[in-house]
Amino acid sequence: MRPVLIRGGRVIDPSQGYDAVSDLLVVDGRIAGLGQGLGAPDGAEVVDARGKVVSPGLIDLHVHLREPGREDVETVATGARAAAAGGFTAVCPMPNTDPVTDNQAAVGFIVKQAQAAGAARVYPIAAVSMGQKGQQLSEFGELVGAGAVAVSDDGHPVASSHLMRMALSYARTFDIPVADHCEDPTLKGNGVMHEGLVSTRLGLCGIPAAAEEIMVARNLLLADLTGGHIHLCHMSTRGSVELIRRAKDKGVRVTAEVTPHHLTLTHEACEGYNTNAKMNPPLREAADVAALRAGLKDGTIDVIATDHAPHHYDAKEREFDDAPFGIVGLETALGLGLTELVQGGVLTLPELIDRMSAAPARVFQLPGGSLQRGAPGDVVIVDPEARWRVDPSTFLSKSRNTPYDGRELRGLVDRTIVAGLTVFRGKAC
Amino acid sequence: MTERFLGKDLLCLEPLTADQIRFILDTAEPFKEVSERTIKKVPTLRGKTIVNLFFEASTRTRISFEFAEKRLSADTVNVAASGSSVEKGETLVDTARNLEAMRIDMVVMRHPSSGAAQFLADRIRSNVVNAGDGTHEHPTQGLLDLLTLRDKFGRIEGLKVCICGDILHSRVARSNIWGLLKLGAQVAVCGPVSLLPLGIEDLGVTVFRRIEDAIQWADALNVLRIQLERMHAGFLPSLREYNRVFGVTVERLEKAPRDLVILHPGPMNRGVEIDSRVADGPHSVILGQVTNGVAVRMAVLYLLAGGRPEMAEAAKGRSGEASE
Repeated sequence: MRPVLIRGGRVIDPSQGYDAVSDLLVVDGRIAGLGQGLGAPDGAEVVDARGKVVSPGLIDLHVHLREPGREDVETVATGARAAAAGGFTAVCPMPNTDPVTDNQAAVGFIVKQAQAAGAARVYPIAAVSMGQKGQQLSEFGELVGAGAVAVSDDGHPVASSHLMRMALSYARTFDIPVADHCEDPTLKGNGVMHEGLVSTRLGLCGIPAAAEEIMVARNLLLADLTGGHIHLCHMSTRGSVELIRRAKDKGVRVTAEVTPHHLTLTHEACEGYNTNAKMNPPLREAADVAALRAGLKDGTIDVIATDHAPHHYDAKEREFDDAPFGIVGLETALGLGLTELVQGGVLTLPELIDRMSAAPARVFQLPGGSLQRGAPGDVVIVDPEARWRVDPSTFLSKSRNTPYDGRELRGLVDRTIVAGLTVFRGKAC
Repeated sequence: MTERFLGKDLLCLEPLTADQIRFILDTAEPFKEVSERTIKKVPTLRGKTIVNLFFEASTRTRISFEFAEKRLSADTVNVAASGSSVEKGETLVDTARNLEAMRIDMVVMRHPSSGAAQFLADRIRSNVVNAGDGTHEHPTQGLLDLLTLRDKFGRIEGLKVCICGDILHSRVARSNIWGLLKLGAQVAVCGPVSLLPLGIEDLGVTVFRRIEDAIQWADALNVLRIQLERMHAGFLPSLREYNRVFGVTVERLEKAPRDLVILHPGPMNRGVEIDSRVADGPHSVILGQVTNGVAVRMAVLYLLAGGRPEMAEAAKGRSGEASE
């Protein structure tokens, strides 16, 4: 394997508070040096990164790769390639596959498919309960042994408080987080969008903010009770942010994520019955977006995760009630972060990189997210000034369901390196 | 005709201007007379093909549209969801495109999903008339209610109209709210809070939680049907209690400072939201609504086909006038 010397970029490594124009050396798949004026070892590939930002590869704690079951809309391989194109060097797929990822063979299959793809790393999340039915715990020990890094019944939220308590307690044995899609199923009901003025006008059944907040509150209480690590998926309401803030002050083991779309869109995106604005949790109000941004800034919310949810064109080309929830996000997340959050003055560039690399690595205890010597050689090189227009037809993902079609963004991935190997090269390279 | 008066479709009243609504109502006036003739037929839409696509059960609205079409001499086809390709899993857009491939001119659609009419209109070239989409809007019902109120009071502006019942699930309520507000009426809603949508006040309507207060305030009540399903879904304890708390009864109306005009979009649950003596009483305009429904729908079809409001009277007499 050729060593790689990345020369002259602005290297930002939030894991060690580093931000300086310097060189970065990757040897044998690991970070071997960081500093000014590094010499190129024999046979090294030298990458000119002047004017570019060099950072740890991004890590996405929440994606849906649809394999096995819906290989027509995404596979582990296409998802891992889409991830690399978006600057991600590792992703964590949710277990709501068909069959459900609730046993060691299923986890092993995803790991094997990811190895064959040779793009971004894939760390599976396994199901909390057998078949995600919310009744019997799955075998966390074997799942972790096969490569699972967390458990979640995402897509089928854990309704039973008893089961959630047991999951949080039992997960402590293996020191893994329980990730929950916080939703009271009876309050969600037949809801298809945020309950508010827009749903009233459009005549669509609403999902109140309380449907999420009740389960956030429950999960925080159970994490406090058990000492387990609860990871709250895709937070969407200002009330949730406030609940998490108070729990963190109290010392509860809680981490939380927010998606790029909940940071950049409101329920008004559903106007015209736009099914690419239909997601769960739903897009909410401007005050929620503001609170989520503030929570991400002050650390109440730890990470940005995409909830990348590929769906077939035909599935979204339907009546709003009948279209599935979710959008793809891997290939727009960084551009949205750079444009809306960094250019928009919400986060500094090092803060954005932290929330997308160092912080997710810490939350799920994953390798990566750092440029310290000996860390995995997972690096992303970004042209922070490049302007581009979102064109879903160019996505490496198999699916195109995005509400950002045509949006102009600033900041484009130049190169993605996993374990010292270039797995994605932008057009400019 | 150089310029379409209404655009391609009639999907909802929310985006219409007061002038557009007023012109539809004015256009309906000359069409009222057609239904009073011995031979109830004018050649206005001769040669036009209209498909009535009903994905939800409907008697009144479907028949009203069909009469409107036939009295304008259009060729009509009725498609119901049951027994059609929809039952075989065909998507809405495929159904519509197949119909369009047979060279139709208009689709009148009733559908259980909010936004379905717009979805269809965005994807086919034919004119689309929304005959009720989910809990969104039912624009021709809103228009016929406006026409009926205007007949009765001679104006809409300044009228106090209260819509009573299940506002949350009512497309009739939404169309009425927009239409009335645009024409300058004062609008209120009254019903159990569990059946009022969030943020309804922000649309510019007053909320009454007690029917007695609504009756004190209003010039007219538009009484909505309470569906049995709402009780099963937990929105209401029982229809019996609904009648006791919210039922529009003679006893309650007698306490009003003035005679209230009573509308109901039908079908009525006598003894639930409205008592028979009210429904059949001297101030009920419920059957007048049904009569006006045909004229309003004739007006809408005529205008969408490219007709001008000021030409409606003349158009009744001659053929070809309404073509684009």
